[in-house]
Amino acid sequence: MIDLHVNGHTHPVDDDPQTPLLYVLRDTLQLNAAKFGCGLAQCGSCMVLIDDEAVPSCVMPIAGLAGKKITTLEGLGSGASLGTLQHAFIAEQAAQCGYCTSGMIVRAHALLMRNPAPTDAQIREHMETNLCRCGVHMRVLRAVRRASDELQKNRKRDPQAAQP
Amino acid sequence: MSASDDKVSRRAVLAGGTALVVSFSLLPALRARSAAGSGLPGSLDRAPMLDAWIRIDEHGRVTAFTGKAELGQGMKTALRQIAAEELFVTPDSIELITADTELTANEGYTAGSHTIMDSGTAILNAAAQVRAIVLNAASQKWSLPEARLRADNGFVVSDDGKRVGYGELVAQRLHVAPSASSRLTSPGSYRYIGKSLPRVDIPAKVSGGVAYVHDLRLPGMVHARIVRPPGYGARLRDLDASKIEHMPGVVKIVRDGSFLAVVAEREYQAVAAMTALAAAAKWEQPAALPEQREIFTHLLQQPAQTSTILDRGTPAGESEPAFEATFRRNYQMHASIGPACAVAQSKDGVMTVWTHTQGVFPLRGAIAQMLGVDQERVHCIHTEGSGCYGHNGADDAAADAALIAAALPGRPVRVQWMREQEHSWEPYGSAMVTKVRAAVKDGRVSSWQYEVWSSTHSTRPSNNAGNLLAAQHLAKPHQQPPPRAIPLPDGGGDRNAIPLYTFANAKVMHHFIPAMPLRVSSLRSLGAYMNVFTTESVMEELAGQAGVDPVEFRLRHLDDPRARAVVEAAAEKFGWSRRTRAAGHGCGFAYARYKNQSTYVAMAVEASVDRSSGSIQLLRAVAAVDCGQAVNPDGVRNQIEGGFIQAASWTLFEAVGFDRSGITSRDWSSYPILRFSSAPHSVEVHIIDRPGQPFLGAGEGAQGPAGAAVGNAVAAAAGVRIRELPLQAAVITAVTGS
Repeated sequence: MIDLHVNGHTHPVDDDPQTPLLYVLRDTLQLNAAKFGCGLAQCGSCMVLIDDEAVPSCVMPIAGLAGKKITTLEGLGSGASLGTLQHAFIAEQAAQCGYCTSGMIVRAHALLMRNPAPTDAQIREHMETNLCRCGVHMRVLRAVRRASDELQKNRKRDPQAAQP
Repeated sequence: MSASDDKVSRRAVLAGGTALVVSFSLLPALRARSAAGSGLPGSLDRAPMLDAWIRIDEHGRVTAFTGKAELGQGMKTALRQIAAEELFVTPDSIELITADTELTANEGYTAGSHTIMDSGTAILNAAAQVRAIVLNAASQKWSLPEARLRADNGFVVSDDGKRVGYGELVAQRLHVAPSASSRLTSPGSYRYIGKSLPRVDIPAKVSGGVAYVHDLRLPGMVHARIVRPPGYGARLRDLDASKIEHMPGVVKIVRDGSFLAVVAEREYQAVAAMTALAAAAKWEQPAALPEQREIFTHLLQQPAQTSTILDRGTPAGESEPAFEATFRRNYQMHASIGPACAVAQSKDGVMTVWTHTQGVFPLRGAIAQMLGVDQERVHCIHTEGSGCYGHNGADDAAADAALIAAALPGRPVRVQWMREQEHSWEPYGSAMVTKVRAAVKDGRVSSWQYEVWSSTHSTRPSNNAGNLLAAQHLAKPHQQPPPRAIPLPDGGGDRNAIPLYTFANAKVMHHFIPAMPLRVSSLRSLGAYMNVFTTESVMEELAGQAGVDPVEFRLRHLDDPRARAVVEAAAEKFGWSRRTRAAGHGCGFAYARYKNQSTYVAMAVEASVDRSSGSIQLLRAVAAVDCGQAVNPDGVRNQIEGGFIQAASWTLFEAVGFDRSGITSRDWSSYPILRFSSAPHSVEVHIIDRPGQPFLGAGEGAQGPAGAAVGNAVAAAAGVRIRELPLQAAVITAVTGS
């Protein structure tokens, strides 16, 4: 048994310790957001936050993850209480098929946590790891910019509260 | 209801004399006639009963039906807008059922930018006719003339204050044959059509909701993985699977000829077992492919079926001076971000398949043939997948799932392909060669001779098991049927090969090559991408030779006012006449009307080329589009923006690599696509709306003009024109000399 801390809850899992985290999230914990794209850490569809760093979950065995804080897209907001980035992706309609979207939002979240006011060039450089085939790149960039602007406004009102 | 029932029911209804009086006001949307020539608008003739498209239950709840599928293009939102508009209800009150062989009309494939044109037109008209029936029923109920009634958000209201719900008036009473024409709402009073309503599917996609077939988890479901042969034509010679059978979680190994799969309780157990099984399998593999560097020569040496598709005036003879150029396009792939997936279950004599195919009906026929059962024994339900952009691995994964589920009766089986399987087994967009010979006289094209060579652009399932990968690998294999050219006006390799310009003397020949050394099928826009790339590259070059501005040069040869309008709009919004001219910097233009009969797109692109490294940077793109009545303008913009980015990726970076033994593009490092750093600084899309005009579709119109405008901008910036796609590597070689 390995205790995985996912989205604020502890889940004891009995999967083989060599199982990549992605399969445990999807198959064992039944979380949909992280997607299998390549299994090679080349595309970003499976990105999750591990201790606030965006990493591909498709090549990361769960063996080393006990005690780490794992956050998936579901942990950033769901249903009626969506996070700032999720709202921004809806506002910009930054998806077509949406298969890459979870990875995009998770990846952007890591940037905005570290740097809530990135330049356009920094956003672009940070998102370089994630592939989109429908070609919604311009919308993704606008959505991350919008979320960043929203965070700035919120921080002026309440410096503690604003989370991406 | 199925399409075959409909004919019987329609006849019964007509014989029963149900008289439907619908007054006629023939708006232009009705001109989108069905191809079958029944006179019914759009796809209505595919299921000529109103309740095949619209149903209203006793509580007034509205369900709309479409035989088309959501591919990420936003049709679930747009079709609700259309139905809501004519039913006088809100879009969010409508449930929409998409492609399902037991529930919806058979509308063939969701392809060719036909969804709004065919299904949207059908739903528009069906909804309008249902509203007429509702009003007529209220009129009879209250003995009031219809002029004193109005439909209002699910109710009919009379001018003296009476009110009754649609459900009470017409529940279960819509099994009625449609008329050829409908009393349509005037575009001036549209409330939903023409509005950028937010997509209904995006909230689930930004929050981890169940959105894809990949996310289905049925009770008792097991996971399967396929072990594919190492390359085309390889045969499984020997397999000792005894150790793999005892690996953790393994439920079954399925082998039939060279079709090999493993099933396990958990997904990663299936992946681990697949890896072990692949290592244990011994294959016999012929060296089946030509050398990549000789692929174009190889293709041109194959027998071809030649047809002359345009012969106008007297093109210049061989001896007269002319511009001549040959263009080449390498094989390119769909390269979906999510590998193909399907879930299948064999239960009570029916094989149910949840699939992200583009065509549930033609897939059903193919799977039934593969399994040796009647079509009625197979039920295909469209469930969203990763974007497909044409015929990718979706249908083959569905066949895989069905074969495995047949071996495990009762248990739902989920199959997902691995990345290298998607890259190396999907059917690619065909390599193509085009050749132009043209002459200019007095600033106009005086002669245009065009030839295109291509393999087929469709090996879709089409009710034939031979088109399914798994079926080709069985011990008793199904043979792939001989490929056929897709006839014009849509065309395949010759799509958009006929120039849209008013050339007095022009000849166009299509050389259809039945051979297909690499597996090929429909990739977004088929041959149009290459034909528009070629035509628009040459137009830009001829304009340069004639000393005429490229936009002005195109306008000289365009009569169609809608064509002129997009060209002029793109040029103006881009600031074409004031464009930057500097070393290493270039602008390019392109125009096409997709399939010569649907959406008009013009594009202008600015790019730079680093004159020391040869590195290309796209700077900005401006598009003007006329797709007739735009249903959801932001949806149109999203398609054109995305089409631009994808076509730019094809044009700059993409070629399927292979050697004698197989495909070498097996992941994202061996088949790179455009990443954020290569996206331009801006992509602007300007829609020229045409209220009340027929829907023309928006999904593929950008591909040709985008590729060509990028090519023209790069040629201007690099100072050298590359005529083989993709461009980036060749531009580096040309600029750096290495």
